[in-house]
Amino acid sequence: MSMFEQLTNRERVFEFLEPAQSPVDVRHGPILYMEDVNVSFDGFHAINNLNLTIDDGELRCIIGPNGAGKTTMMDIITGKTRPDNGSVWFGSRHNLLTMNEPEIASLGIGRKFQKPTVFEALTVFENLELAMATNKGIWPTLTAILKPEHRDRIGEVLETIKLEPLSNKPAGILSHGQKQWLEIGMLLMQKPRLLLVDEPVAGMTEQEMERTAELLTSLAGKQSVVVVEHDMGFVRSIARKVTVLHQGSVLAEGTMDQVSNDPEVIKVYLGEEA
Amino acid sequence: MASSQTWLFRPFQERSTQIFLGVLFSALVLVTFLHLFMPQDSALHVSAYTVTLLGKYLCYALLAVAVDLVWGYLGILSLGHGAFFALGGYAMGMYLMRQIGDRGTYGDPLLPDFMVFLNWQELPWYWLGFDMAWFAFIMVLLAPGLLALVFGFLAFRSRVTGVYLSIITQALTFALMLAFFRNEMGFGGNNGLTDFRDILGFNLRSDATRLGLFIATGVALAIGYVICRGIVTSKLGRVSIACRDAEARTRFLGYRVERVQLFVFVVSAMLAGVAGALYVPQVGIINPSEFSPLFSIEIVVWVALGGRATLYGAVIGAILVNYAKTVFTGVMPDAWLFALGALFVLTTVFLPKGIAGLLQKDRKASATDDAPAAQEATA
Repeated sequence: MSMFEQLTNRERVFEFLEPAQSPVDVRHGPILYMEDVNVSFDGFHAINNLNLTIDDGELRCIIGPNGAGKTTMMDIITGKTRPDNGSVWFGSRHNLLTMNEPEIASLGIGRKFQKPTVFEALTVFENLELAMATNKGIWPTLTAILKPEHRDRIGEVLETIKLEPLSNKPAGILSHGQKQWLEIGMLLMQKPRLLLVDEPVAGMTEQEMERTAELLTSLAGKQSVVVVEHDMGFVRSIARKVTVLHQGSVLAEGTMDQVSNDPEVIKVYLGEEA
Repeated sequence: MASSQTWLFRPFQERSTQIFLGVLFSALVLVTFLHLFMPQDSALHVSAYTVTLLGKYLCYALLAVAVDLVWGYLGILSLGHGAFFALGGYAMGMYLMRQIGDRGTYGDPLLPDFMVFLNWQELPWYWLGFDMAWFAFIMVLLAPGLLALVFGFLAFRSRVTGVYLSIITQALTFALMLAFFRNEMGFGGNNGLTDFRDILGFNLRSDATRLGLFIATGVALAIGYVICRGIVTSKLGRVSIACRDAEARTRFLGYRVERVQLFVFVVSAMLAGVAGALYVPQVGIINPSEFSPLFSIEIVVWVALGGRATLYGAVIGAILVNYAKTVFTGVMPDAWLFALGALFVLTTVFLPKGIAGLLQKDRKASATDDAPAAQEATA
């Protein structure tokens, strides 16, 4: 084809016309890939040559004593903290180190913080409605009409987080555990590929913990889920694969049984509890 | 897209809006009837003086609705909404001044009396165009809207909220008051604008015009109420509440909080401007005292007394407090401010949700009772 034909070809899509956000490429397996990441704050090495790979659809638990670098790791993934060196990739196409927080969020990484924040004056349904991934400009929001497919999507999430009977109740009357689920639901409304969940069962009752475990395991497969948790019983109940962090790097990785029998792990972490 | 689904028509499906509009229009019809068809000496006759007084209350009610929109739903306590009210009033006042023509004391066909008195030779540029009603009416919306846009843009972009924002709005209206007091500004100094004759060719001193202005104010209140209700029942209204309760979280969901705040603030300022514009021909004067911080604080008291975040509560509060003011200032003028202060304290202590809270109590008893208990449990 001559140059002229190429330029006049109606089918041709120029590179600058392609959407800026290309889909996440997970053909090679991992959805999140961290290699040789280092972070230090004033000489303190919070993250030390961290290598971590999360597969698409995986449910991974990350445990470790206080100061092991769990929260810093989440900060790096969401763009809040920039590492000193190393590389962090989302799928095999997106280099997270070149992106800012909102870009990373819209790429499909959702993060749930420890303390639940929901809009207490609004109903459970409305909380989910606001979290829905739509055009969030002023005019589209003012003229927004709840389409049947939106309603279906909200219904789906309500079912997942098991808050259907409370759909029309203000979120302020929910219990602590229910608020946690609602917030996970709000993350799900944004259709994330990867969910980062920070201590989901802190302050929950035994029953609530069980339901949270059920919820998180049901999400795996559709989404990749990374859970940071202190509660060993809870981790045992959900985890297929556990990563133990210690002093900013991976100490051990494997099933819960493998990990809990690892002499190193017993020394630094489980030993203290036993 | 069904028209009943669009944001501006959604309020008509609400019971509270239907009741509000029903009561408002019945009152308009009743007052009109009693004014026109009852004999002068009848006890049921509503005098032209009362009609104008009621019209004034309705202006205040619209102003209160505007304040409730930003305070109740967006959490922005504006202590300077009097500024937008007064700007709308001045735009209308300038039109009414130009309508006087050569019938003023000095008989100058172009210059208003106060300019002749100050020995001004020509009309300042910003008075041009105000002889045309359409231009003046656009300015009624544009002047407060622009001020709110610039002020809000700077304030919300810098994420100024809470008590700091309240103080700045207070400073804004105070600064404008000082500016408008100056004769050099060309707005009549401390005397303001007065001695109006006609509006749209109708004699302002005739009873029929007064009744017409009263009805126009009632219709404006209805339209303003429906617009506000349309906003608060839309998704944008829910986003506003989200901004009010958890600003950072709302931002995290991807909403541009400062734009939501700016939009609602500008709409509210424009409604306040319309209220001011309807107020001026009915009271016959506009002067810088409308900019006084005290007046702006009084508006907030009306809304607090009526009940925040209901809109109709603001209307009830504005009318009740101003009726009390009319009665009180007639009987013991010096005690009014003490009574107002006491009213505010009593409301805050015994009726935190205002009069509207009393009306809602029965309906929402179960929901509100559960809320504090659940919060305590999680704390």
